[in-house]
Amino acid sequence: MSDAIIQVENLGKRYRIAHQQQQRSYMALRDVIAHKLAAPFRVLKGRTPRSEIAAPSSDLRPPSSRMEDFWALRNVSFEVKQGEVVGIIGRNGAGKSTLLKILSRITEPSEGRVRLRARVASLLEVGTGFHPELTARENIFLNGAILGMHRAEIRRKFDEIVAFAEVEKFLDTPVKHYSSGMYVRLAFAVAAHLEPEILIVDEVLAVGDAAFQKKSLGKMGHVARTEARTVLFVSHNMTAVQTLCHRALMLAGGELIAAGPVATVVSRYLREAQGSNEEKHWTDPQTAPGNELIRIKRVRILPEGDSELLTMHSPLRLETEYWVVKDGAATHLTYHLINDQGIIVLTTGCPSETRTPGCYRAIFQIPGNLLNSGGYFLKLLIVLNENQVAYENDGIASFTVVDAAARNHACLGREPGVVQPVLTWKTINIQA
Amino acid sequence: MQELVIEAGRTERHYWRDLWRYRELFYFLAWRDILVRYKQTVLGIAWAVIRPFLTTVAFTAVFKGIAKLSAPGGLPYPLFVMAAVLPWQFFSSSLSESSNSLVTNANLISKIYFPRLIVPAGAVITSFVDFLITLGLLALFMIWYRFVPDWRILTFPLFILLAFGAAFGAGLWLCALNVEYRDFRYIIPFIVQFGLYFSPVGFASADVSAKWRLLYSLNPMVGVIDGFRWSLLRGKSSLDWSTTLLSMTVVILLMASGIWYFRKMERTFADVI
Repeated sequence: MSDAIIQVENLGKRYRIAHQQQQRSYMALRDVIAHKLAAPFRVLKGRTPRSEIAAPSSDLRPPSSRMEDFWALRNVSFEVKQGEVVGIIGRNGAGKSTLLKILSRITEPSEGRVRLRARVASLLEVGTGFHPELTARENIFLNGAILGMHRAEIRRKFDEIVAFAEVEKFLDTPVKHYSSGMYVRLAFAVAAHLEPEILIVDEVLAVGDAAFQKKSLGKMGHVARTEARTVLFVSHNMTAVQTLCHRALMLAGGELIAAGPVATVVSRYLREAQGSNEEKHWTDPQTAPGNELIRIKRVRILPEGDSELLTMHSPLRLETEYWVVKDGAATHLTYHLINDQGIIVLTTGCPSETRTPGCYRAIFQIPGNLLNSGGYFLKLLIVLNENQVAYENDGIASFTVVDAAARNHACLGREPGVVQPVLTWKTINIQA
Repeated sequence: MQELVIEAGRTERHYWRDLWRYRELFYFLAWRDILVRYKQTVLGIAWAVIRPFLTTVAFTAVFKGIAKLSAPGGLPYPLFVMAAVLPWQFFSSSLSESSNSLVTNANLISKIYFPRLIVPAGAVITSFVDFLITLGLLALFMIWYRFVPDWRILTFPLFILLAFGAAFGAGLWLCALNVEYRDFRYIIPFIVQFGLYFSPVGFASADVSAKWRLLYSLNPMVGVIDGFRWSLLRGKSSLDWSTTLLSMTVVILLMASGIWYFRKMERTFADVI
């Protein structure tokens, strides 16, 4: 027997999806009756192979050629040891939530096995079971009970929870009168004070305003670091995963495709998430973006130096290849770098020059430790005679800058700011 | 350290132990429903009393005033009716509450694990609290008519238990069915409405002709109502033990099959809700 506290073997979850016009998860009895009546005729026509009827979840579900098996999770095996903090990452639909649902026993696996050797509490959503008509005080008790706390335990932590949520003044107000921020703070506060041996957390960190996010991430970090709790943590916030977790599992399409030290798995995830949007290229000068002066052949954004990713800290290189089509015109290229809030972060252009027809490559660098993390797109201008805009393309290329470094302070979210240069601070004592 | 194994079709083992471990949640859910039920209402808890009171008045007017029926043993008709209205109302409200309980708690079901049986059971408990309040109304009626029950009232808890079983058993069936087939949302009001006519609420079950009596006692509420009347009203309304036993059997079957069906369907609740 191993010392694993969570042992997952060959786990799989199958859903049957119906291809119907109306998408609904439940059925109407009407449909079943209609289906049962029609069944003999279908069998006569031989359209329903018997094997399809073997639905483990519910025998009442009508077998139908429109039903299809969908594996939300398959062949997943891993182990988690006592006190480990494991990040689970993957894109939307990769099977993360299904995995958590099975581990927290909300739904049953279709195959495979999980062994848990401790009490599990799961936090798949903050504020589960909150009732709008009840006051904060009542909801704290109710929510605590739902999350598996005992009354005495809740009573002991009551003041701490209230203080953490910053709702002292509104303790006896029904939560339906709360602002959404207060609501979420209260919900997180209850959840954060749970003390199970294994904690399963799903994306609950992106709640509240920036200040509260810092606080809640800080609390998570505290729990993970100092209390030696076993935590399974699902998040899209790679900084948080990097900082809080020791190991990470990466899921894609329901399968476990990577497991290992957090830095390796996270960088693989980011590499795949960045995908191919950093490079665009066109082969036909007739249809490529541009005008009768210049046609764009290729736009590439590459990390410089030893980084494989476009990170906040590494310099970026932007390469533009283009065909000069018309002879004898003084042109130049200008880029606007625009962030995902639509703010122009910077403008840069090459000197204007008259070039003979042919293919050219223009390169410039954006230094590291300048851009904040987030999505960016490039607006391209072709300028004639220094100041006439002859062509504009609003989104010739786009890329994402990630923050992949672990941090040693409490804030794990994106720091606000258009740019995020690393500035040197110096503090001197001027009066004793 | 104890080990928990999660496997297809394996939840069974821990179920009853978990039910006990989650007893506090059970208490909190019932407490929440009771607390919420009368919030933002002007009359509040008084509603629990007003409904059976008005029903009793209306039934007395219809069955005594218009249909000229009389209560056995010279009992005051309102008292005779009320002894049946109380269990009926308990039954019908727990039926409608518990059948919808899973669907209205869908967010809990899909986010948190706990034995799902707690949800419909909590709904029945909530109706039971209302029922206890209405017992006070019955007591007031008894004082008004200067009616004192005799030793038979000692058997009353037995019939409360029977009413509870009937409500819970039927509630489990409808609750599980309602998750899978939302048609039941529309069927339940009919069951409640027709059930009122098929149960001896406004009249005595002795008024039903002997030919149909056996079939009639398959309705579990017949045994419950007869039992209520017999135990509360000094036995003036006779109790046929054979039909009572039949009702008890039906209730036990209903409970057992309800739990079985609920347990069977429970595994997929989170997926289909």
